[in-house]
Amino acid sequence: MAKVCKTFEEINERIRRGEAVVVTAEEMVEIVEEKGPEGAAKEVDVVTTGTFAPMCSSGAFLNFGHTRPRIKGHRVLINNVPAYAGLAAVDIYVGATEPAIDDPLNKVYPGSFDYGGGHVIEDLVAGRTVHLVVEGYGTHCYPNRRVEMDLRLSDFRDAFLFNPRNCYQNYNCAVNLSDRIIYTYMGVLKPHAGNINYCSAGQLSPLLNDPFYRTIGIGTRIFLGGGEGYVVWHGTQHNPQAPRTSAGVPKAPAGTLAVIGDLKGMSSEWLKGASIQGYGPSLFVGIGIPIPVLDEEMARFTGVKDEDVYAQIVDFGWDYPQMEVQVLGEVSYKELRSGKVLFQGKEVPTVPLSSYVKARQIAETLKGWIKEGRFLLGKPQGRLPSQSS
Amino acid sequence: MQVSRRIVLHFPASLTGQPIVYRLARDYGLEFNIIKASVSPEEEGLMVLEVRGDEQGVEAGMKYLSEKGVMIEPFSQRVVLREERCIHCGLCVGLCPVGAFRMEPDTYYIRFEEERCLACGLCIKACPPRAMEVGL
Repeated sequence: MAKVCKTFEEINERIRRGEAVVVTAEEMVEIVEEKGPEGAAKEVDVVTTGTFAPMCSSGAFLNFGHTRPRIKGHRVLINNVPAYAGLAAVDIYVGATEPAIDDPLNKVYPGSFDYGGGHVIEDLVAGRTVHLVVEGYGTHCYPNRRVEMDLRLSDFRDAFLFNPRNCYQNYNCAVNLSDRIIYTYMGVLKPHAGNINYCSAGQLSPLLNDPFYRTIGIGTRIFLGGGEGYVVWHGTQHNPQAPRTSAGVPKAPAGTLAVIGDLKGMSSEWLKGASIQGYGPSLFVGIGIPIPVLDEEMARFTGVKDEDVYAQIVDFGWDYPQMEVQVLGEVSYKELRSGKVLFQGKEVPTVPLSSYVKARQIAETLKGWIKEGRFLLGKPQGRLPSQSS
Repeated sequence: MQVSRRIVLHFPASLTGQPIVYRLARDYGLEFNIIKASVSPEEEGLMVLEVRGDEQGVEAGMKYLSEKGVMIEPFSQRVVLREERCIHCGLCVGLCPVGAFRMEPDTYYIRFEEERCLACGLCIKACPPRAMEVGL
């Protein structure tokens, strides 16, 4: 039986009164070390987390409003980037990794992918004008065949970010054991294990602080792209069965989240287009999730630190692309963050693809919002699939 | 006095078959680091070099190159970091051949030391938010 037992409602009441004790996941590490899980659970109400990295499974639903005469969008380009138009007349979805229609792709190797869906989303939230070309095939109810227009985000009737897989709970580190340079979604990998790239905020990462999704579920209110958003489902490829440490922390890519939020409240500081050489365009997404410290178990979970979180090293030269993944080694985020690890008998530089600087800023920003009483916790209305459920 | 200079050399087709640069080391005691070298389809050679040595040696070496018919230009290309685009990941740190980027140990901010940069340009397309660009 837990000695400390708080509810979402009690914590929200404390937030409303400006009395809630809110700390970042980094600060929580020290508090739990000093006071133990029970002491920490008594003292702290909410732990804020953050992550900022390219998240390819992202995109935005946009409604560009009805035209006169009406058109049913069949082929739609935004700034020359094709958007999915197989929806109702003026609804479209622009996906983060969609390259511009005239991009030479990898025909000019390695492709530089200067502009794509992720950049469209960045341009929109930055308030820049985008050019729409809409082609229809003509129907009795939607006779118009072609419309071109210049719109800003505020001109769209509706615009929301809907990302089917974000916020991966841990990720693999990538290495290249082949004898040629390769260009991957994990960055440029030099031959003969010339570098190891990783991509997680480690101890600051949302799902690593709630490893069994006790508090993060359907309906959790989150920091998304600088605005407010919600967890709406488990993300695609959500895998709670991934191998875990004895403390329950996944050692491989595990849980994921599907998230949603109003694009009109977001900013280009936290949604940034990415051009990943040789791979494609993408979108850097900033996400922060508040975790209520309901009891000492949640205090212990949120006290997780980089030396307790392990990632597995995977070869992207052959194994990963051939779907023959084998684990070449395990390293902690503390080691990864030191800038070098010992791998197969040699010292190899390690670099992140995710930004710890931005992850920290997100956790701090969210902490500020909650302390000011303007961001309340969203109590989950449904659980995400978990190992224990 | 020891000096270091970055230069661009244009070799006419008549010289591309000759071992010119090696004589900078043998006859003038200069150290050199070849940043870039190429021969165009018209067989004109282009080389970007960093040369180091005492001032007199460098001057004499440059005179020798000029007399041989090599055109010398100062190397003026720079790569600059646009702070407002940098998101402080770290891909550049792992890629830069001369260690011009480093991640600060506690803040994890990326710092670019332009004086170490050889302007090879590897970081420009490898930087996902495109924070690196050729400066003027």
